[in-house]
Amino acid sequence: MAKRTIVPIGPYHPLLEEPEFFKLYCDGEIVKEVVWETGYNHRGIEKICESKTFEQVFYVVERVCGICSTSHPFAYANAVESIPGVEIPLRAKYIRSIVGELERVHSHLLWVGLAGHFLGYNTVFMWAWKYREPVLDMFEIITGNRNSYAMFTIGGVRRDIDNDKISQLKKVLDFLKTKLDLLVGAVMDDPVIHARLRGVGVLTAEDIHDFGAVGPTARASGVAIDVRQDDPYAAYDMVDWKVITAPEGDVFAKAEVRLLEMYESIKIMEQCLEGLRKDSSNEIRTKVKEIPAGIGIGHAEAPRGEVFHFVKSDGSNRPVRHKIRAPSFTCIPTFRKSCVGGTIADAAIATAAVDPCYCCTERMAQAYDIHTGRQIFSMKDLIGMSQRKTEELKK
Amino acid sequence: MGLKEKIFKKSLWLFHLSAGSCNNCDIEILDCLTPRFDVERFGMKLVGSVRHADVLLITGIVTRKTKPRVLEIYEQAPKPIVVVAVGACPITGGIFAEGYNFAGPLDKVIPVDVYIPGCPPKPEAILAGIVKFLNK
Repeated sequence: MAKRTIVPIGPYHPLLEEPEFFKLYCDGEIVKEVVWETGYNHRGIEKICESKTFEQVFYVVERVCGICSTSHPFAYANAVESIPGVEIPLRAKYIRSIVGELERVHSHLLWVGLAGHFLGYNTVFMWAWKYREPVLDMFEIITGNRNSYAMFTIGGVRRDIDNDKISQLKKVLDFLKTKLDLLVGAVMDDPVIHARLRGVGVLTAEDIHDFGAVGPTARASGVAIDVRQDDPYAAYDMVDWKVITAPEGDVFAKAEVRLLEMYESIKIMEQCLEGLRKDSSNEIRTKVKEIPAGIGIGHAEAPRGEVFHFVKSDGSNRPVRHKIRAPSFTCIPTFRKSCVGGTIADAAIATAAVDPCYCCTERMAQAYDIHTGRQIFSMKDLIGMSQRKTEELKK
Repeated sequence: MGLKEKIFKKSLWLFHLSAGSCNNCDIEILDCLTPRFDVERFGMKLVGSVRHADVLLITGIVTRKTKPRVLEIYEQAPKPIVVVAVGACPITGGIFAEGYNFAGPLDKVIPVDVYIPGCPPKPEAILAGIVKFLNK
């Protein structure tokens, strides 16, 4: 094997918001392999959820990730409500969709800003974050919090959006649209951004299938998967919108998909607000007395892709098992394709392109043998391997 | 002029360390740097290494894996350094206090000067906390 240099990045590095460790194996300036280490952020959320009641779990899963803090309660609500088969009121459906889409706008603006920062375009960073503030203000008006909205509950939502708030939100959306035009122009027409992002970190549609990547990462490679369209939940089948895709698969396509998705989100929100205005009922919550024994599966489209929640109930007031799979869990392994073959300087933006969220990803994972179904590489196996090696050395 | 005024006379440089957080406090800290709150007008800025910093902002619970790293970063920091615990997690463990990977509140690991509660604290609260410390 040729001689390789290892470039370590992290766990505490100015580039990374979260503790994460990357090893880039380089030959000259070309990255040959990427190895990453997670687990710094593991907080044991699935286990904590088992000690909470079904209602309390919402506030735990909200704190899986602070950026997409509606998508986890969304998927969890879908999972829990699927056990007794509750139909939530129309008003709650609209409100859920509005909060979900508002979150998508804030998350994508955040990504555009950070991507600009990574490229050395601090103006884009400051712009995007400046126009993110009105979105957070809207969150404060609607839900009472800037982040971690505590909006969802079993069978509906906790707060109503009245007509006064609807007109405030509409004003903000109109303002956002003008600012989005500006931002899209700044990114799409800039020759330097084109030169920096075109052809960098390319993922083909086959790669997406191989890694199982989801969300904007997949849609930027021409794979039109979106839970909101494929398995509609909340109000997404009642509104008119389209899935944004781009065929190229490079970082520029991912930026394009995210920027254009924000327009779709605004479109969805406007229709939902109109629906809310027409709806005269004040019912925002269906009372759910108890969760029967059974298995609930729910998913939702987070800003980064599909969030999947599995909840098992034994008829008591607590889940006996709660499993979370966040989108970054499948998107992060695409680094092995997108970074390899590029330069070290491109590795930063190629990794940032999937909008990796490490605190979402920090779940326990186990490996099972596909043929026997036996769990492999458990602690016992690893100790056994270690002991066998010592035995062999002794001989 | 007290010792504190003398030491922190010039603009404060911040180093941000996420021990095991949910990103919420981290983005609120970043928010302080962006146009609406803009702490850079006071000369405060985020620096890349703790060796250049006057203030160490710590977010998130100290997990078993990050505990030795937090200690190491604290040892690398030039003294005196103001350690600020941002959010409920470093102060008490917050919602994760009963988790199996929780390695204890931050003030059991390193000395803490400022506690800013909230989940997450608003950018105004983070700024107010640091200003309060300087004026104390």
